[in-house]
Amino acid sequence: MASTEITGPAGTVAPARTEPRTTGRRRSPSGTKRENRLSGHGWPGLLFLAPFLVMYLLFIVGPAVYGLVMSFFHTSMVSPGLGEFAGFGNYAEALSSSDFWSALWQTIWFTILTTPPLIALALVFALLAERARRARWFFRLAFFLPYILPSAVVALIWIWMYTPELGLLSRAVTSLGFAEPDWLGDPDFAMVSLAITTVWWTLGFNFVLYLAGLQEIPRELYEASSIDGAGPWQQIRLITVPLLARTTSLVVVLQVIASLKVFDQMYIMTQGGPNYATRSLLQYVFDVGFTDFRSGAAAAASTLFFVVVLAVSAFWLVMTRRQEPEL
Amino acid sequence: MAITTHKDLQPLTSTQAQRYAASADRRMRLFNRCCTGVLIAFALLWLVPLAWALDTALKPNGETIDPTWVIENPTLASFRALLAQGDILNWYAASFITSSLAAAGTVITASLAAYALSRMRFRFRLLAFWFILIGIMIPRQVLIVPQFRELGSVDLLNTYWAVILPSIPTAIAVFVFKQFFDGIPKDLDEAARIDGAGFFHTYRRIVMPLARPAVSAVAIFSFVWAWNDLLWPLLALTNPQIMTIPVGLATVQGTYGIRYADTMASAVLGALPLVLVFLLFQRRIVEGIAGTGLKG
Repeated sequence: MASTEITGPAGTVAPARTEPRTTGRRRSPSGTKRENRLSGHGWPGLLFLAPFLVMYLLFIVGPAVYGLVMSFFHTSMVSPGLGEFAGFGNYAEALSSSDFWSALWQTIWFTILTTPPLIALALVFALLAERARRARWFFRLAFFLPYILPSAVVALIWIWMYTPELGLLSRAVTSLGFAEPDWLGDPDFAMVSLAITTVWWTLGFNFVLYLAGLQEIPRELYEASSIDGAGPWQQIRLITVPLLARTTSLVVVLQVIASLKVFDQMYIMTQGGPNYATRSLLQYVFDVGFTDFRSGAAAAASTLFFVVVLAVSAFWLVMTRRQEPEL
Repeated sequence: MAITTHKDLQPLTSTQAQRYAASADRRMRLFNRCCTGVLIAFALLWLVPLAWALDTALKPNGETIDPTWVIENPTLASFRALLAQGDILNWYAASFITSSLAAAGTVITASLAAYALSRMRFRFRLLAFWFILIGIMIPRQVLIVPQFRELGSVDLLNTYWAVILPSIPTAIAVFVFKQFFDGIPKDLDEAARIDGAGFFHTYRRIVMPLARPAVSAVAIFSFVWAWNDLLWPLLALTNPQIMTIPVGLATVQGTYGIRYADTMASAVLGALPLVLVFLLFQRRIVEGIAGTGLKG
């Protein structure tokens, strides 16, 4: 999210119409030759933009358009050309396929399982870290280090943690007197195991965002409230959490989108199984496109996935606009 | 005690106030110490999987089924075997080459574009701005199918370029740079321009050196994203000789069978470069996230 860039020019009251900040706008649009040369009218501007725009067109916008077109054709990966025109056939097929809905549901289920703990734990840890005067670097190391490890490394470590009978978690659970779940082999439990791994892996990101949000709360508020006799718990409930609302809304939307995009953990740890119980939407695209070689159908599924992600972002934008008119 | 009750309080004498403040202070300190204790416990819990992986990797394969942290016969045999076998060195090379070039490409193209958007006025400027902004909304994952056909049609699949080129254009990086450039006083480069310096000179000699924090944030993030990317490289690289670390590890996962020490040694080796990046750039990474909310 380009957070601040979406804000209007300083002093604008209605934020509905957003414009990039330009000094030129407020200056008189006089076009003396010298000013033209200084401000770069004409080609130099496009010249600077060119390297980015060329790459952007070739590898982002181009493929996006190509994919959209392909989604209306029976394109196959093993033959050249777009193939037969399909109309909305690929979309109709995906929307009437139980595999697609199951993958969508698995993805949403994963999002439901991961988002609340990833936000609540990150907030609690950040609140605790804020009160610890020392050892901050240690907390950052412990919580944030997993976040920058490759998914494959995380998956290998957790497959070992979950290994029946031998894995560390299996042993911990049995030594506490519980029956050991079949972590990755039980269709009902596999997603929970994947969620635990994901919480461990990505919590650090939200933790850091919350730490930054906490820095912005003015110290005087705490001092004033403690003179008024507020205890630490009241301070957290009445000052810290309400003032973190903005951070929380950012954390929530980034987290939901990241969870919807899940692929790696499932691909490596369960291959979408057992019995497709952990197949995510992206893996559905992957399977249709690269196992069944049906590029057109996969492109249609990608487009549907994109619509879901876009809907979440749009919902978030509308909600935050309504909450804080100044944003 | 609700905060609003302060109206009912009698004015305090200064000694009373001091005593009161001191007791509140003590209470707060105690509370803070409890917080620290709880958090240390959680942080240690968070480090267990990493410690356990390292612990396992240092055992001989046969002893990994012992449920103990104590390593009776510590050995580097698993690491040695992996390095001798050689695939992982190829993967290191692939990851290093692709991630560095992707990061360099992103920094150069995005900063040039941002400079134009921040400092120059030209036709289509606003159009370009919105056009790039849209790119932030497109998740790369939805592009895998068309990208595969595109790169296949020019025979670039199974080359480093297949991984490098698509990761160069990063719309969010343009805005990170633009935001930073907008904060640099225009007088500085306008003075240089009046003295006759060209746009490129101003960009290279004045704006970029001042934008070091933005450069390093974008460079580190592009590098880490490219290094950790799995979905696209998995599709684009099927030749084990040129796989990146995540693809290689994901592919051989399972082939170790019950050689848990070997598996964990490969995980540790795969993690090592990023642990180094983290330790070297900890502050920059954290500031980058806090300042921009960049998320892969």
